[in-house]
Amino acid sequence: MNSIDLSVKIGSLVLQNPIMLASGTVGYGNEISDYTDLSKIGGIVTKSVSLHPRKGNPPNRITETSSGMLNAIGLANVGLEAFIKDKIPFLKDIGSTLICNIAASSVGEYVECTKTLDREETVKAFEINVSCPNVKDGGLIFGNDVNNVRIITEKVRAVTNKPIIIKLSPNTASIKDFAQAAKDEGADAVSAINTLVGTAFDIYSKKPKIKNITGGLSGPAIKPVALAKVLEISRNVDIPIIGIGGIMDWKDVVEFMICGASAIQLGTVNFINPSVSEEIIKGLDDYCVETGVSKISDLTGSYSL
Amino acid sequence: MIDKNGIVEKVEEIQLGIFILKVNAPQIAAEAKPGQFCNIKVSDSTFPLLRRPFSICDVEGEVISFQFNIVGEGTKILSNLKKGDILDMLGPLGVGFDYSGDFDNALIIAGGIGAAPFPFLIKNISDAKNITSFVGGRSKKDIIKYKLENIITSTDDGSEGFCGNVVQLLDSEINNYESSTTKIFACGPNPMLRALSKYSIEKGFDCEISTESVMACGFGICQGCNVEGTNSDRFLLVCKDGPVFKAEDVIL
Repeated sequence: MNSIDLSVKIGSLVLQNPIMLASGTVGYGNEISDYTDLSKIGGIVTKSVSLHPRKGNPPNRITETSSGMLNAIGLANVGLEAFIKDKIPFLKDIGSTLICNIAASSVGEYVECTKTLDREETVKAFEINVSCPNVKDGGLIFGNDVNNVRIITEKVRAVTNKPIIIKLSPNTASIKDFAQAAKDEGADAVSAINTLVGTAFDIYSKKPKIKNITGGLSGPAIKPVALAKVLEISRNVDIPIIGIGGIMDWKDVVEFMICGASAIQLGTVNFINPSVSEEIIKGLDDYCVETGVSKISDLTGSYSL
Repeated sequence: MIDKNGIVEKVEEIQLGIFILKVNAPQIAAEAKPGQFCNIKVSDSTFPLLRRPFSICDVEGEVISFQFNIVGEGTKILSNLKKGDILDMLGPLGVGFDYSGDFDNALIIAGGIGAAPFPFLIKNISDAKNITSFVGGRSKKDIIKYKLENIITSTDDGSEGFCGNVVQLLDSEINNYESSTTKIFACGPNPMLRALSKYSIEKGFDCEISTESVMACGFGICQGCNVEGTNSDRFLLVCKDGPVFKAEDVIL
């Protein structure tokens, strides 16, 4: 490579480049490591961990839609204890910044998970999932009430000094209010957006294509929505934003950064092209050379309206 | 495990609506085991967005083949591929058939397009064993015999062979086989696999079934292809724990 500085800062967290792998699209790192060199990636966000193991939703959990997919996995995960015992040892050596995503069905559970994982040196930051659309308890119930987001951020902030990222839902009228609440209570950043609630039906059986009836829409279909939400936060709240939503290539990354993102997360694309991050990092470097940008972080919020 | 540069050799319609796609893919060909699959990106665009999983039908030297019928946009695109086209594949993926055991008779049970993985399996089963293929379909046109051996057929409408489903056909022949020296390998629609699993467990036959599911990634990260396990407190994944399971291990 050359002299382009691809590193970015998210609060006190420094990443070697703005590419992160989104929670729920990289498992616990080991599966995708067969396809991509994780040490080249800015950060990886693990599958949501909850206090107790969750089996997740019964099949069918996913279906493809126009340029997107619906999923309702239901936060299937091994639980906090097994995560620490079985997953962290692998994650210790990946050479990328590890961010742990936490899901819970009560404020107390968020606090307990964060407090316990705060002791794990491998975990460099937390992403608090207040916006999963596919579970009956917690998730969107939290994410749709700005006071809950305020309380969760405050309580989690009290038990860790590591950076906290609040993952916001797009299924709300005014995402900037949620970002402001997160900032007011001491969050270091917000990530936006989680999936959009959607559904799909089989026209012959007249049944929903996923068992949960509704699921979270992701993929390129949601990119314009995600960009609008990132821009809305960027124009109204002074907090670092991690942009997520339908990113497929380096051009999408640049677009998110221009709209206000300090870093981005790759989600659905990992299912299709698990080694895409290396192509993206190369593309970003070339773009910076071509357009005379010496520090990629200068792109953040560089929109001209 | 990754081979992105498969080159299409040919696409052949072997019977009405049933296609064989042959792809030169040395790395996959060298590693593939019967019952494994590849997850294929059928188009460069975002429609269709996700890869499509296909059983490896056969391996000849550096060439692997897939057998498919046209279900939607993805398979339509595959059917129109031309010699020399580049095909983006992940594979070989998943757990295939275990044909190493101590049995004398291998019974292949194929329902419709479920015949796909068996040419490669049959090729790999020792010549010392007797192979019989029970092939079922709704009607004569749905019976796929491509590279199968010692074929007995059944159709739901009686237009070819035994009139009934393939499990009923198997039952009509089962007295010829001892459960201790026979192993069943099956692939087909879920109702067929469900009936066959129940049947083989009741009769005491060792039986492996190749299952299918919608899936996104094909290697265990999307968690989209889950199936209920018999003795598991987590769901099993068709892509990683399967697609081939022991009949008694999954609840379809």
